[in-house]
Parts: sequence; structure tokens; C-alpha cells
Amino acid sequence: MTERTQQRAQICGHKQTRAARVSLCTCRRRYLWSPLVELTGLATLTPCWLCSFLTRTSDDIYVLFRLNRAKMTELRRRGGGGDPDSTENISDKEADGDDKLGFPGEAEGDTEGDSKADTPDVPPSIDNTPQCLNKALEGLSLRWRNWWVRGILSLTMIIGFFLIIYLGPIMLILVVMSVQIKCFQEIITIGYRVYHSYELPWFRTLSWYFLICVNYFFYGETVADYFALVHREEPLQFLVRYHRFISFALYLAGFCMFVLSLVKKQYRLQFYMFAWTHVTLLIVVTQSHLVIQNLFEGMIWFILPISTVICNDIMAYLFGFFFGRTPLIKLSPKKTWEGFIGGFFATVVFSFLFAYLLSQYQYFVCPVEYNSETNRFTVECDPSNLFVMQEYTLPTAVQNAIRWKTVNLYPFQIHSIALSSFASLIGPFGGFFASGFKRAFKIKDFADTIPGHGGIMDRFDCQYLMATFVHVYIASFIRGPNPSKVLQQLLVLQPEQQLSIFNTLRNHLREQGVLPPAVAEAQ
Amino acid sequence: MAELRQRGPAEKDLQHRRSEDKGSETEGRSERDGASDNEAKSDSGIPEVAGSADDTPEVLNKALSGLSSRWKNWWVRGILTLAMISFFFFIIYLGPMVLMMIVLCVQIKCFHEIITIGYSVYHSYDLPWFRTLSWYFLLCVNYFFYGETVTDYFFALVQREDCLRILSKYHRFISFALYLTGFCMFVLSLVKKHYRLQFYMFGWTHVTLLIVVTQSHLIIHNLFEGMIWFIVPISCVICNDIMAYMFGFFFGRTPLIKLSPKKTWEGFIGGFFATVVFGILLSYVMAGYRCFVCPVEFNNDSNRFTVDCEPSELFQLQDYILPSVLHSVTGWTTVKLYPFQIHSIALSAFASIMGPFGGFFASGFKRAFKIKVGVICQTFANTIPGHGGIMDRFDCQYLMATFVNVYIASFIRGPNPTKVIQQLLALRPDQQLHIFNSLKAHLTERGLLPALEAAA
Repeated sequence: MTERTQQRAQICGHKQTRAARVSLCTCRRRYLWSPLVELTGLATLTPCWLCSFLTRTSDDIYVLFRLNRAKMTELRRRGGGGDPDSTENISDKEADGDDKLGFPGEAEGDTEGDSKADTPDVPPSIDNTPQCLNKALEGLSLRWRNWWVRGILSLTMIIGFFLIIYLGPIMLILVVMSVQIKCFQEIITIGYRVYHSYELPWFRTLSWYFLICVNYFFYGETVADYFALVHREEPLQFLVRYHRFISFALYLAGFCMFVLSLVKKQYRLQFYMFAWTHVTLLIVVTQSHLVIQNLFEGMIWFILPISTVICNDIMAYLFGFFFGRTPLIKLSPKKTWEGFIGGFFATVVFSFLFAYLLSQYQYFVCPVEYNSETNRFTVECDPSNLFVMQEYTLPTAVQNAIRWKTVNLYPFQIHSIALSSFASLIGPFGGFFASGFKRAFKIKDFADTIPGHGGIMDRFDCQYLMATFVHVYIASFIRGPNPSKVLQQLLVLQPEQQLSIFNTLRNHLREQGVLPPAVAEAQ
Repeated sequence: MAELRQRGPAEKDLQHRRSEDKGSETEGRSERDGASDNEAKSDSGIPEVAGSADDTPEVLNKALSGLSSRWKNWWVRGILTLAMISFFFFIIYLGPMVLMMIVLCVQIKCFHEIITIGYSVYHSYDLPWFRTLSWYFLLCVNYFFYGETVTDYFFALVQREDCLRILSKYHRFISFALYLTGFCMFVLSLVKKHYRLQFYMFGWTHVTLLIVVTQSHLIIHNLFEGMIWFIVPISCVICNDIMAYMFGFFFGRTPLIKLSPKKTWEGFIGGFFATVVFGILLSYVMAGYRCFVCPVEFNNDSNRFTVDCEPSELFQLQDYILPSVLHSVTGWTTVKLYPFQIHSIALSAFASIMGPFGGFFASGFKRAFKIKVGVICQTFANTIPGHGGIMDRFDCQYLMATFVNVYIASFIRGPNPTKVIQQLLALRPDQQLHIFNSLKAHLTERGLLPALEAAA
């Protein structure tokens, strides 16, 4: 073996298995990509130079990461006056949950931070990783293992996302509903733990009852709007007509049950849980309902905002990882200004391109309609102006730069800039809110549903405000009121009111030139 | 009653129940249970409760100086009740605009009271930003709700002014942006050692907003339907309080619910029947006057509120045939009633049966946070001498406003035609055409449009 080969062998720890000329590597599994190598059986084929290269690269990345973190910690300490307070170290450890992506390897960094303080350890989350993953990763050191688990789960979630998009609107609605129920359950469980209120009589029943009531109210309103089929069936018609009254009666029944269930020594606790349930409902159920309404406008209004938020998470993390210096906010010590700004620009560009890609397909762009004859959802229509390519004249400054006069864009892409700006600038506040919440109640993750990531809420906390924003944006800037809803309201009015509206509308349409002018008025 | 109550529970509970008795003094929502309270207190030999800071005006004090303290309480509460009722009639006389302002003031005071309770419970006076944020959220939500109302009812006025038009077109967006600003300020104001407290107060503010502001907004909606929809429900709730108290006082034996030991089944049932009768009579009186019955409209020319219209058929006397049972009893075959009186039975039934639950909720709330005379020395507040704070008066009204609104929307009227026209005109031309054709087909089916028109 030459000198160099020996050096390489030392790095990757290979054992010479063949004659000197051909040196193959059966590396000890020390580097990041080794599980891949192991799983695919490439170990015996990896030449030594490749093995040592990979090992060194992964070491370099890790060193770079550690340097960054050391610098950040130092800056924080210098800025914050070196507070070895327990809270700060909890914040270091809990801030683990703040990074919502696939690649952080900070588990090791945190264990070191932990040894500095003597905070009582937060009980580790139950390990939910499936067995097969565990076996494949058992050789790895702890730090890379976390990376792999998170990476694999992220990829799985993204693939799952695309799969359900492919399956169509009904599937999406069901998924949104399941996510909503899971989020609600997670938050309520936290409430139980915080208040030790497992023994409260009736309380679980009441929380789920209120969830069902509010869902009934919202879905009833949606269904009545979009499904004309509802008007055909008699019992459904009754339900639709008195929908608000029925929902209110159901809610009242729950309210009365709550009042009757007040137990003498636990009033305060019960009121807390009542309020907790209501605030949770307010946050979780209204958001999910707005998501469904956005979905009905066109799947693009569902896909693009969610993808933008996910992309912002990932990009902010990457920019923070490579360039991060200045901490952003004390609440989440691992967010940096560089990550924030880099994430902003990257997200705007990403959504611009993604909008371009999606706007071409009718499947994404058309409002979801329910075809009464075939009893299925259809997405077929004439794309509205928003999704028809138009020419925009570039401002002269840009013209001089790239020598194009006009550019063909979808108008939707302009809107996507607004959406992505919101996702990057305000979306993180949802994340800070959730971090603050976790820190306030001293929990690391909302739950343990997704291995390596925590609960469903951890994934969705940045999406809170996004759904509301998209809904308000659509209502204000894109479309007017829903025509089928207006028609419904018309049909409910008194006949003379209907007649007067009919006449008004006819005159208006005649003025607009949509209707031919009347020859003579019979009445 | 006091004896029955004392015989009931076990010895070790007696102390707790004594303090409950003290607390339940503030629960008697009608005005004259001061006497029985004092008797209960003297029976159990508890040290005299340190009275609430005495807000009674000097003149009353002088007039009542001769009386013993138990009758004095009766008189104070009685006089204040009469004063409040006269005030109620006075502001009804002043018209819808003043009513709206009063509702707004009551809402702000209720909000202030509940938030102050939150402060005192959590000792969070020194939380940075918190008061500002609570009031800011109140302003945002009010802006949102009142903006929607104004846009609906003052459509023509809004269309005239440019800046109002822009504000109304992007109203939701502006409200949302304002709310978001508050949310971001909250997140930025999170201080390291006070996270939990701040989240509690955030939740407290939101629940309070949910309860107080939505209810007051629904009251205003009801008001715009016609003042009778505002007056009759509120009067029914007040009447139910008074009647339940009277029946309980004279006939009360069986306690109703542990939460409020002074409510009795006799009071509950007697109050129910009395309120229904009262509702029928009151609506008979009011339905005759246009100023109560007509929807409140804004006259664009005179820039004032007008209540002038043709009463709808709900407020026109109709003949109802009595069922044969009543026929043999009273000897009348038919009776002239306003259809509205039938609806008032439903409203008063709700007020009697569900209204008290709002009261129990508030009692539980007060007990949960130990807000009773003698412990924190306050009821919700001490705004009204002898009665406590504004919230104490209005706790039964919570659910009533929502119920009336839902009732109107479900059973009385459909959507507002003006609003529907607005929405129609905002649609795209092809959508308008589509709706036009559907409507034409519908009307032709019904026979409202002659076939000649349909062909055109």
C-alpha cells in the first residue's frame, strides 16, 4: 500500500480484503451516507478513496455545523450577559423542536449544553421509529441517526402529500379533517397533563362533543353551499333550512351539560378546561374549515400556500445552517436573521416558479365542483383570467438589464408573490407562538406521532395564519361572493322580493348589454 | 329553606357551604333577597361579612338611615332596580342610535370587568403590554363586526364616499391585518419567565371577546330587525329573574341546583309560567306600535334613522281558532292574536329555561375564582350599588341574544334582500346571467311570471 492509501485506510478504517492493487473498503459505518451504502450492499464495492472522501466530507459538514453553533452560542452569551439560567438551557433543548426540517443533527450539541445546567431532564419522547428503520440505522452514531430519521420521515411526508393530491379533492378533505382531529386531540391532551385533570367528570366527552358540534356547523354550511344535491332530498332540505338553529341547539345542550357537570371543588379547573377547549376549537377548527374553503376555490389555492410554508421552513433552515450568525428572536434561539432573509427570497422565487408550473393544469386551477349526475367531484372548467398567460411590460430598469421588453406571466404568479411574502414574513410568527406555548407549558413536542418530528401540531404550527390569510386574500382580491350561495339565498326569499330582485337584475343586465333590450314590458 | 339546606350536607361540608351561602348573596339576581341572606348569616353565626364598599348615594343613605340593615338592603336594591328599569324605558324612547351606543358601552364595561378579574386572579398587573393588547384586540374585533353591520345597513351611504367604499370593499383584509398586528405584538412581547401567564391572559382575552363581543353584536343585529326584537327578549329575562325570585320567596322549598343554593324548583316553574304570560301581554302591547315593529332603516336623504314602514304580517292581528278544550272553558271560538305573540311564547320559554343556565355559569365562574363578598370584597365590580357590576345584571342575557338571532334567521326572515342584490351586482356578468336564468325558470314554475315574459 502506498502512503496515501494507508492514510485513507486509517480514515475510513478499511480492511484490506484483496490483493494490494485493488483496495476495497469495508468501512466501519461512521459516515452519513453509510446506511445507504449498507442497505444497497454497495459496501463491498466502495473503493477506499471514495470511502475516505465521503467520511471526510461528512466530518467537514459536521464541523462546519458545530462551528456555527458555537459562534451563535457565543454571540448569544455575549449579548445576553451569559445567563447560565436553567430556562436558557431548556430553551436550547426545547429549541430542538423548533427546527422543522429534515437535517438538523443538533442532538449532540444539546447533550453538551445540558451538562452545563442542572435542570431536571424532560422525559425523553417515546421512540416511535419503526423497527426496519431501527435495524438499518443501528450501526450509526446517534448524531447521524437523528438526521436519517428526520430525513426519511420528511421525504415520506412530502411523498404522502403528493399522493393525496393525486387522489383528489375528497381525499384531501378527509385528510384535512383527520389532521384537525389529531391536532385537537394533541392540544387537549396537553391541557389534561398541565392541569392533571384526567379525573374530571365528563370533560373528555364534552370536549369531543363541542368539536363535533362546531364541525357539524361548519361542514353543514359548506355542504349546503356546494352540493345542490342537498336540495333534492327531503330530510336534507329540512336540515339545511334550520341548520343554524339545529347547530345552536346542539351547542346549547353541550353548554348545559357543562354547567350541570360543575363539581364543587373543581370549578376553576373546569372553567380552565372549558376555555382551553374553546380556544383550541377557535384555532384548529376555523383554520381547517378555511383550508377546505380554499380547496374548493381550486386545488392550487391549497397546494401553493402549504408548499410555500414548507419551503420556507427548509430554506430558512439551510440558510441559517450555512450562513447563520445573528439570532432572530429570543424565543427561538436557533432562528437567525440570515436564515429569515435568505428564506424569504428563496421562498418567493420557489413559489413564483411553482405557480408557473401548476397554473398550466386544469386539475389544479379549476374550482372543485360536485357533479350531481355522476355524484363525483369534477375539476373541469375554463380557466379564469388569473390562469391565462398574459404579457407584462417590464419596467425600463429591468429592460436595460436583461434586454427583454415583455415577459409572459400568469397573473396568478403576481398573487403568489404576495402569498409567499406572507408565508415568509408572518408565518414564522405562528412558529414562535407555538414555541412560546411549548416553553410555557414545558413540553418538548406536542405529541409523539411522527418519529423525529414530534406531533402533528409541530408540523402545522406555521400554517395557522396562512390558511386564514389565503381565505381573506381570495375574498378580498380574487373573487366576489359565491354564485351558488347567492342563488340559494334568492330561492329562500319571499316571492315578491324575488320578483323585485328579478326585475332589478334584468334592468342591470340590459344596461350592461348582456341581455337584449326588451321590446315591451308586459307588466 | 335555610334549615333544609343546613340539614342536608355533612358536617365537614358545613364550613364550605357557609361560605357558599355568603357568596350566593350576590347571585340573587332579583332585588330583594337581602333579607333572607341576612337571616341565613345570623343563623350560622359567621362573623358579619365585611360589606362591599358602600356606593349608595348620600341621599339614599339619609333617607334610609332609620331602617335596620336588612330592610335597608331591600330598599337599596328595590330603588336601584326601579331606576334601572326607568332608565331602560328612557333610552328606548331616545331611539335606536342611543340604544346602539348603550350596547357598546355595556360591552366595553363587561369586557373591562372580566379582564380586571383576570388580572387579579393571575397577579399580572405588571405584564408588559398586556392591557394595551387586550384593548387593542377589543378594538379590532369591534371594528370587524361593526364594519360588517355598517356595510350591510348603510349601503348607499357607504357607496357615496370614496374612502368608505374602499374601506368596505377590503374590510375583511383590513380587519385581518389589524388582528395580525396584534398577534405579532403578542408574540414579540413574550417575556422569558412569564410565558405561561401570558398565554393564559391571551386565552382569557380571546374567550372574553368571544362571549362579550359576539353577543353584543348579535343584539345590535336583532335591534335592526325591529326594536321589539330587542325589548321583548331583554324584558323577558328581567321578568323571569323577578318572578322566579318572588315565587321562590313565597313558595320555595326544593333546591334547584347545588351551584346556586337559593334557586328553587318552585321559583323556576312559577317564573316560567309567569314569564310566558308576561311575554304574551307585552308583545300584545308593543306590536301595536310602528316604532317598535319596523326594521330600523337609515334614511339616506335625512341622514337619520327611521322606523317607518308597513308592518309585516307578523304584526297584524289574525284570527286563531281555539282548541275545543279552551273553547268550552272560556266560551270563545276564536281569538285575535298577533302571530308575533306565538313567537314570544318561544322566546319567553327559552328565557325561563335556558336563561338561568347563563346565570349558573356566571355563579360557577364567580365561585371558581372566589369572587364573592367577603373574600375579595368584590362582586364582578361595584358599579351598581346593591347589585354588583354590570356583568351581574347581564349574565342571563348571554344566550338570549344568540338565541333570538338564530331564531330570527331560521324562522322569521330569510336573507336580507338588499344584501342579496349587492352580492348579485358584485358577481361577474356570466354568473349574473346564469343566476338570472335560474331565477326566471324558478319564477315561471311558481307562476309568478307570465309566460309571455318568460319568452322574452
